Amino acid sequence: MTTSIIDAETVLALDLGSLSTRAFLFDVVDGQYRFIARGTAPTTITAPFRDVLESVHKALQHLGEITGRVLTDEGGNLIIPTQSDGSGVDRLVTTYSAGPEAQLVVAGLLSDVSLESAQRLAASCYGRVVETIGLNDRRPMAVQLDAILAAQPDIVILAGGTDKGASRSVLKLVELVLMACRVLPQDHRPQVLYAGNQVLGKKIKDALEKWTAVKLASNVRPSIDQEDIGPAQEALSQIFTELAQRNLGGLHALGMMSSVPPSPSAQAFGRMVRFFSQGENAVKGVLGVDLGASSTVVASAFAGHLSLDVFPLGMGKGLSKALQGSDLRQITQWIPMHVPEVVVRDYLWQKSLFPSTVPITTETLAIEQAMTRYLIHLVVDQSIAHWPNPALTLEPILASGSSVSQAATPAQSLMMILDGVQPLGITTVFLDQNGLAASLGAIARFNSVLPVQVIDSGVFLNLGTVICPVSSARYGTPILKIRVEYAKGEENQLEVRQGQLVSLPLHTGQVANVKIQAMHNTEVDPRGKHSGDFQIVGGVCGAVIDARGRPLTLPPDDSRRREMIKKWNLALGG
Amino acid sequence: MQAPVTHILPLSGFRRARMLPRPGRVLVRSGQEVNPRDPIAEMNLRSQHVLLDVRKSLGISRSLPLERVLHRKAGDAVETDDVIAETKGLFSKALYSPIKGRIVSIFGSQVLIEGEGEPFQLLAGINGTVVELVPERGAIIESSGAIIQGAWGNGQIEAGMLLNLAKSPDEVLNKSLLDVSMRGAVVMSGHCAQAEALQAADQLPLRGLILGSMTADLIPVARSLSFPLILLEGIGRIPINMVAFRILSTNEKRDVTLNACFWNPFTGDRPEVFIPLPATGHVSPETDEFKPGQTVRVFSLPYAGRVGTIVELPPGNSRLASGLRAPVAMVRFESDQPIAIPLANLDVLE
Repeated sequence: MTTSIIDAETVLALDLGSLSTRAFLFDVVDGQYRFIARGTAPTTITAPFRDVLESVHKALQHLGEITGRVLTDEGGNLIIPTQSDGSGVDRLVTTYSAGPEAQLVVAGLLSDVSLESAQRLAASCYGRVVETIGLNDRRPMAVQLDAILAAQPDIVILAGGTDKGASRSVLKLVELVLMACRVLPQDHRPQVLYAGNQVLGKKIKDALEKWTAVKLASNVRPSIDQEDIGPAQEALSQIFTELAQRNLGGLHALGMMSSVPPSPSAQAFGRMVRFFSQGENAVKGVLGVDLGASSTVVASAFAGHLSLDVFPLGMGKGLSKALQGSDLRQITQWIPMHVPEVVVRDYLWQKSLFPSTVPITTETLAIEQAMTRYLIHLVVDQSIAHWPNPALTLEPILASGSSVSQAATPAQSLMMILDGVQPLGITTVFLDQNGLAASLGAIARFNSVLPVQVIDSGVFLNLGTVICPVSSARYGTPILKIRVEYAKGEENQLEVRQGQLVSLPLHTGQVANVKIQAMHNTEVDPRGKHSGDFQIVGGVCGAVIDARGRPLTLPPDDSRRREMIKKWNLALGG
Repeated sequence: MQAPVTHILPLSGFRRARMLPRPGRVLVRSGQEVNPRDPIAEMNLRSQHVLLDVRKSLGISRSLPLERVLHRKAGDAVETDDVIAETKGLFSKALYSPIKGRIVSIFGSQVLIEGEGEPFQLLAGINGTVVELVPERGAIIESSGAIIQGAWGNGQIEAGMLLNLAKSPDEVLNKSLLDVSMRGAVVMSGHCAQAEALQAADQLPLRGLILGSMTADLIPVARSLSFPLILLEGIGRIPINMVAFRILSTNEKRDVTLNACFWNPFTGDRPEVFIPLPATGHVSPETDEFKPGQTVRVFSLPYAGRVGTIVELPPGNSRLASGLRAPVAMVRFESDQPIAIPLANLDVLE
């Protein structure tokens, strides 16, 4: 579908990360929307600037140098809309993950019903739950009040009662929130999101509105057995943006120029992943992992139903939280050369103090990539608990974040994703090498054509199709007989043994038919397929058969383990 | 490209804002000279609350208006055992305040009393002159002297005489180097990897500890110390950078102040060593761009702690030994050949 010149818009997307500010330019080329270029600059949300506009200005300057386009006027202001001389853009959209964590108090009734759903809601944003109040909380009300006041919350999430269900207990929670608002000066009162028994919505809003801002959302638990946090996530996202526009210098000004209000990058990223899940492969889930400096987002979607988790763990400031309570061996086991544990530990702590650090040597790169694997595995493992079926296959897997995308080779990126996610069955792995996913998700709110056409143009790098059989056979036992039939008639036959990582030679975009005969009860696809024909498409790493087993267990012996990792890396040409 | 700036200067003018996190009382006046341990402002920390149910406590029915029994109103200060409410008649009953504080609110039958919180005083943290007051929050203090910003601090503030135990920037601090003659001093050394050394320092006690670096396993011990600890370079085995080492070693036996606050990138607060000097320095800029001729420090392996000069800024990205590509600066350390260091791994010392 070509885009008519009349409807075509030049779109500028800004993504304000905790370390980098990125400016993406999209325009119509030969009737199709295309990603044109990216400008970057260090984010200036921190001292001494405390204003994102400085980094936005620099990112736009960089973008202008790359494209030759004039995007700002003499005063440095963004030109909207596009002028007759081609300068400026038609639309601006902004996503953000920068800024301090919001403090959240979560209040609900039963710990395994409304309170659990409210906590899941809280876990889908860039916030930290600092206090939880439930029905089983034995503390006297005054003590609960003191706990809330000590927490200094920015937002209170209030849930409880199925629709037409419990009301008295919910109103007691409202009383508690009201008490807190009475004690606090106006500019310190938390905003309230109510997502409980809908019958009480208006009453609660009327009671609290005199004291603080209140938003209502659909019940996160409309019935005991049903959870629906999507609408509440949208409402929470709006509250976050209102807070962020007050606290992040320059974001309000950007919001005034944007086509839609700025949105948290996590929500926009999730929107993109949900979009993927609504395609042809509705039987499979879609997984997106965005590994940032301060936080990591895991978005999984199944036939349009999104599960979103934001973890306060990352490869920059987020390292200090990740390292506390971690078993260092789970990280060092991935390093293919000898590096003393104390050096690994201290390097990562130092990186948490200086998050922009780039690894200079092969050893420091290996340390960072080991940590990347550990983090991806940790967050995906925790997110699996929310999936309808943990054994579901996922296709595609989309990975984003500079630790994954800015590896020395695509094979290194693919290895980190495979080692971290450890997918089952057959999947395709894509790399968001430019960090576009969140911006495309935000653009989709007003232009549904642009993301589709831009993705179709190949902005997400296809790393390759990966086949991950599951077998309980002993290491070294042949588990698959494979025949690869190429379009031009050539064939390639091979046997895959348990523990192997095998690369199938396929060019990017090359289609091949793979006939798999599984042996020793090996499952090729967790849906029960043991053998069969599959059509696969090559990526930049060709196609890969990952028969290393699930869960992936590395030998405890250091030398043997390092040799094995080197062998796997060589198998992919990394 | 924007360059992060770290102030390591033998003489500089500087201003520091000292602010309460919530409204309180400012204790100084404009023009006042202050020492590091002088309180600038104070507030009450979060206090406990007490919730009294008048009807329930006095056994009165809903039909009786509460105003008939209440002796207080919202906003009133109360002392312990003050009467809050009392029934009349022969068998009167009274409800007393269990704490000293203030009635925050009366709603329904409930009386909410906020107790007096513990007082908290915000210290000046440096020697200097109060040049500006911020109502209910604090003050801005101006000073002059040597300033050395660090990478990590344990949250304490203190001042004392500087003693240098480091013959070289990477001198290791261990327990055997500490003795009772150092009690009350601010001690400087290169690196510490021994929890016993920190614990011994706490037992003396010292007034402060300046290190280039320490190992990560000591973080919990360092956080529990009763005196400020500042790491100038960070975590790992990193010697004190030569610029800071020279400034500190030539100022041995002078009084120094350590404000070992946590590094907050949003406010700009960083752990800092101040050495007040009887001279006036110029205020250094907080921002800069990378350019040839600048003095820079590397904060990551394998050159962590080394100080050099930028000789060239090659355009675009350069390939590193790790295989990654990044914008670099060609940095010369002492008389060595220039080495390519990613700009992201440098800060400018000025």
